[in-house]
Amino acid sequence: MYKILDKQVLSKNAKMMVVEAQLVAQKARAGQFLIVRVDEYGERIPLTIADSDAAAGSVTLIFQEVGKSTKHMGRLEIGEALTNVVGPLGVPTEIAPYGKVVVVAGGIGIAPIYPIVHSLKEAGNTIIAIIGARTKELLFWEDRIQSCSDQLIICTDDGSYGRKGFVTQALKELLESDKGIARAWAIGPAIMMKMVAETTRPYQLPTVVSLNTIMIDGTGMCGGCRVELDQGWKFACVDGPEFDGHQVHWESVLERLKYYQAEEHLSTQYWESHSCQLEPLLEETQKHEPQNDHSRQNPHGCAATTGAHPQLQ
Amino acid sequence: MAVQPPQVRILNFNEVALGYSPEEAIAEAKRCLNCPKAPCIKGCPVNVDIPGFITHIANGDFQAAADLIKQTNALPAITGRVCPQETQCEAECTLCKRCEPVAIGRLERFAADWEAATGTLSVPAPPPPTQKRVAVVGSGPAGLTVAADLARMGHQAIILEALHEPGGVLSYGIPEFRLPKTIVRREADYVRNLGVELRYDFIVGSVATVDELLNQYDAIFLGTGAGLPWFLNIPGENLGGVYSANEYLTRANLMRAYRFPEYDTPIARGKRVITIGGGNTAMDSARVALRLGAKESIIVYRRTKAEMPARIEEIEHAEQEGVQFQELTTPVAFHGTNGRVEEIECLRNELGEPDASGRRRPVFVEGSNFRIQADVMIIAIGQSPSPLISRSTPDLKVTKNGVVVAEPGSMKTSKKGVFAGGDIVTGGATVILAMGQAKIAALAIDEYLQTGSW
Repeated sequence: MYKILDKQVLSKNAKMMVVEAQLVAQKARAGQFLIVRVDEYGERIPLTIADSDAAAGSVTLIFQEVGKSTKHMGRLEIGEALTNVVGPLGVPTEIAPYGKVVVVAGGIGIAPIYPIVHSLKEAGNTIIAIIGARTKELLFWEDRIQSCSDQLIICTDDGSYGRKGFVTQALKELLESDKGIARAWAIGPAIMMKMVAETTRPYQLPTVVSLNTIMIDGTGMCGGCRVELDQGWKFACVDGPEFDGHQVHWESVLERLKYYQAEEHLSTQYWESHSCQLEPLLEETQKHEPQNDHSRQNPHGCAATTGAHPQLQ
Repeated sequence: MAVQPPQVRILNFNEVALGYSPEEAIAEAKRCLNCPKAPCIKGCPVNVDIPGFITHIANGDFQAAADLIKQTNALPAITGRVCPQETQCEAECTLCKRCEPVAIGRLERFAADWEAATGTLSVPAPPPPTQKRVAVVGSGPAGLTVAADLARMGHQAIILEALHEPGGVLSYGIPEFRLPKTIVRREADYVRNLGVELRYDFIVGSVATVDELLNQYDAIFLGTGAGLPWFLNIPGENLGGVYSANEYLTRANLMRAYRFPEYDTPIARGKRVITIGGGNTAMDSARVALRLGAKESIIVYRRTKAEMPARIEEIEHAEQEGVQFQELTTPVAFHGTNGRVEEIECLRNELGEPDASGRRRPVFVEGSNFRIQADVMIIAIGQSPSPLISRSTPDLKVTKNGVVVAEPGSMKTSKKGVFAGGDIVTGGATVILAMGQAKIAALAIDEYLQTGSW
């Protein structure tokens, strides 16, 4: 079990959790991710490392409550624990003195871009950061990004804060006015990373994106995270999660992310309808290891029917 | 031995084979001739005293039978179920010449299950500790076996497992209906009771490298299996609904996706499911698909049933359950719309001259392209060891197929203090061969710990 040491609500969509994970914290580097499982019934979900503290033996995770697992995680409080935290996984970001670089982050992507910006700064780069979100309430960590950037441009789609418009508009203007940029990073929703890659392509600016694909083990075993690239496919878990954004076949990435949409919806519905008096009952049921298919109570302790799920037929 | 009837068992994930009653076990045990030369033992990679334990069963002393098996085999309930006895111990049985061999596997299973049903697993008294510590990487059949043997020699074995459950392929790969996970946990508990420590969420190659482990441990055993799935490298393979068998089985077995949404991990429930391949993994996948509600489950294989590497019993079980076989067929592309697979395009084959494996080589018939509709496709054409360890251990010798090079007599790798066994060395074989290599490794590790000579 991995104890939750701190928890904060960062924005309307983003929650931050500092989790005790001694070994992982010693090794975590910018660009890597973890696999987290909330409880014994949980799926294994990949989350990028937003920060780590080797001395304290902790890692910081930032997540958006989009599906059952992240909603469940969001309900856990300081002092409670995650059942599994595995990592650090993936190839770390290639940090080098590139010169002048631009980092672009959208929404929840601001969290994983932070350790990269931090490491790039330490390596002596001049950093222009562009961060954006739909609206002001969804922005967070402006101060952290500011602290290691030479220039910070903030965009909101609705103009409620910073510039009005998408990060790609600000990026395009920058690339038009400044020909000295050596490299770009983009982290955010897949569609945003795709647009960034399309924006930098005409300028032949090397653009690194970080893909958060569906995966199970995170060690190259399931192949569920395979990403189609110009030169064939690669596994996001062991070959990535960072790839050359100009080589990624984005349609395939976007389609693969949508594959379990119906199941995700059902899972969330199921969980929400069963999360009545969740905490005490959940603790109670977790004491009992499942025996076999038929003698089990349902996981969340409520008296709802399980077994038949007509929605699935 | 009683089995669940096919029409019933395809509706559940419970075990297919139900095991012997004590009366059945005694009757079967009495068929053993107790041959002085015991040819059956030669057929066993872990040298179980087969006539010995069978005599105990014949005498009704089931606990003695279980104890005797466990002297050489820490995982009898598992091997009794998944060993290919027909090509090993039972193939050597003297009775083979005249009639059916003694059902050694079923008797082994009976003894192990009988002991488990008593509620306690007897553990031998621990030997005096040697103060030597060995890191065992992976808790699959090889890792559990080497750790158990080392513990019985007085060494402290610490198993480092990447996943959240013990068993490796026994947990993520082999389905519940062939090997119930409660049995895997029970056998892992037995190994723990011998004094072995089991740590989860520990990925060697990321959280610690082999070199870092060598600073903390006196020796290392690598038993990480062959977890890297092979793909066909044909167009459309990235469509949603195309799975590696590893992913499909891991979702169903380790993550219990067959009980979604009670468990969080989803799995596609196809109406028509195609599995590509002819090994045990392909049979497992096709049978899982039926239990997940598939109306049709079809195995596509490039040769014929006669050349399939799967155990005959597994092919028969699949057939009884209604799995269809599309022989002499090679996939060339997947097709779909909106990112979801809908069809597989194949070529028909003819069998040509035998290849290196001795099996007749499939040769495709030009222009014979045809398509089969299906909403889930499972690729079960093989796997190789994960590159995580070799990438982070530059001086560990691996072949171009990614398998670790180890001396067969000692399982020593090219790196001092590091041993390896199981699928990481063979590239993909059976549970029992992995256990056999693990036993060789345990002896060599013991010697190395005592002498320090490599």
